[in-house]
Amino acid sequence: MRYGEVTALDGLSLDVAQGTITAVLGPNGAGKTTLLETCEGYRTAQDGQVRVLALDPRKQHRLLVPRIGVMLQDGGAWSGVRAEEMLRHIAALHAHPVDAGPLLDRLGLASCGRTPYRRLSGGERQRLGLAMALVGRPDLVFVDEPTAGLDPRARRTTWELLRELREDGVTVVLTTHYMDEAEQLADQIFVIDHGRLVASGPPAELTADGRSLEDVFLDLTAREAGG
Amino acid sequence: MSGTFAPRPGAAPLPAMVRAQAWMEIRLLLRNGEQLLLALVIPLVVLVAGAAGARALDVGGARPIDTVAPGVLALAVMSTSLTSLAIATGFERRYGVLKRLGASPLPRSGLLAAKVCAILLVELLQSAVIVPTGLALGWRPDLSVAAVAGAAGVAAAGTAAFAALGLLIAGTLRAEATLAAANLLFVLFMIGGGVVVPSRFYGDAGALVEWLPSALLGDGMRGALVSGDLPWTAIGVLLAWAAAGTFATMRTFKWE
Repeated sequence: MRYGEVTALDGLSLDVAQGTITAVLGPNGAGKTTLLETCEGYRTAQDGQVRVLALDPRKQHRLLVPRIGVMLQDGGAWSGVRAEEMLRHIAALHAHPVDAGPLLDRLGLASCGRTPYRRLSGGERQRLGLAMALVGRPDLVFVDEPTAGLDPRARRTTWELLRELREDGVTVVLTTHYMDEAEQLADQIFVIDHGRLVASGPPAELTADGRSLEDVFLDLTAREAGG
Repeated sequence: MSGTFAPRPGAAPLPAMVRAQAWMEIRLLLRNGEQLLLALVIPLVVLVAGAAGARALDVGGARPIDTVAPGVLALAVMSTSLTSLAIATGFERRYGVLKRLGASPLPRSGLLAAKVCAILLVELLQSAVIVPTGLALGWRPDLSVAAVAGAAGVAAAGTAAFAALGLLIAGTLRAEATLAAANLLFVLFMIGGGVVVPSRFYGDAGALVEWLPSALLGDGMRGALVSGDLPWTAIGVLLAWAAAGTFATMRTFKWE
């Protein structure tokens, strides 16, 4: 996967098991968002094969999109739309959506349901973005930095929700810069750097030598940057 | 809430998705003061001012208001299908709305269908305000079946042509540049494009102006509602503009 002269993803090969939480870690610019956007069908890989739920994300996009939920890193709503109105609109595009009211309540957004999107705080926008990804009851959700900028309570609420998704059989693929988030939530971790996979495995396996996940991550990505 | 998220994915039926999207677009448009200004206030001001000013104008035997009012209807069509659509779509790109909808079950064809439905509904709303105002100012349009069919046909063809142009602008320029370009085009077409003032009044330039989509729409609307003509030529050339605009848009449109 290249942008002009820059190679964003290179020889990356990974499989994600159904009904699990997978965390994709990597420094800024490592290719995490490009990876997600390629799986979501926004970008075309120049080489290699991408299959999501056994479907080609570009050629079979219309079959894939009802089955996946996508949380964008930023934006995704009209500036004048109200939070609840936006969620109900996305729900209306699905056949069997989750009830929007309780979902807003669950994410602590009930009090700002009538607030225009442009007046929501960054954290409220994040949570609304997550709600939009979940409302269609997808098989698989891609969440790009779901807790970036959230306060500790909202972060914990999001974690609980992601765990509940796994319990309900939903596959979750998330990117994060928070090592504790990956350690707490993920069944499997992929560390990528310069678009290449540099380590993978369950958190316990990656930290089996007693080091923290953050130390492992820093060591892996520093070595990769230097080498 | 355990079990709440148990996967049960699927798209809503296409007509339901298009209906939901169209209603959302209309609600947002009606909530936006600038868009309402374009859709209703400017055409009404032009209608009232034009009706007063045109009394001093020789319009070849026709009553001035009978020439001005169809032109104002054409102006309203242009404001909605070109300027409002371009600005709204440009900011949808900027705010990631198109990207968000691209990850929803709503297909691109459904999104375009919803936009067309929303435009047509707004145009009906505009007509519901402009026509009675024109009648109150003394407008006596030809209301034969041929005249009404001709007006509807040229309005539909004009909508297609201007919507293609609006999407071409919105899909290639930044949101701020789209805002400027769409408003500038609206003003240029309004003043010099034969929408409200018939293209034959432009002297030597009229031979060129009459092929602009603005003049085709304005002259076609006047031909239908003043003389009861079916403006086949205007409809045909507007559809050619629409085809060219759609082709260019499909090759250049960027969704984010």
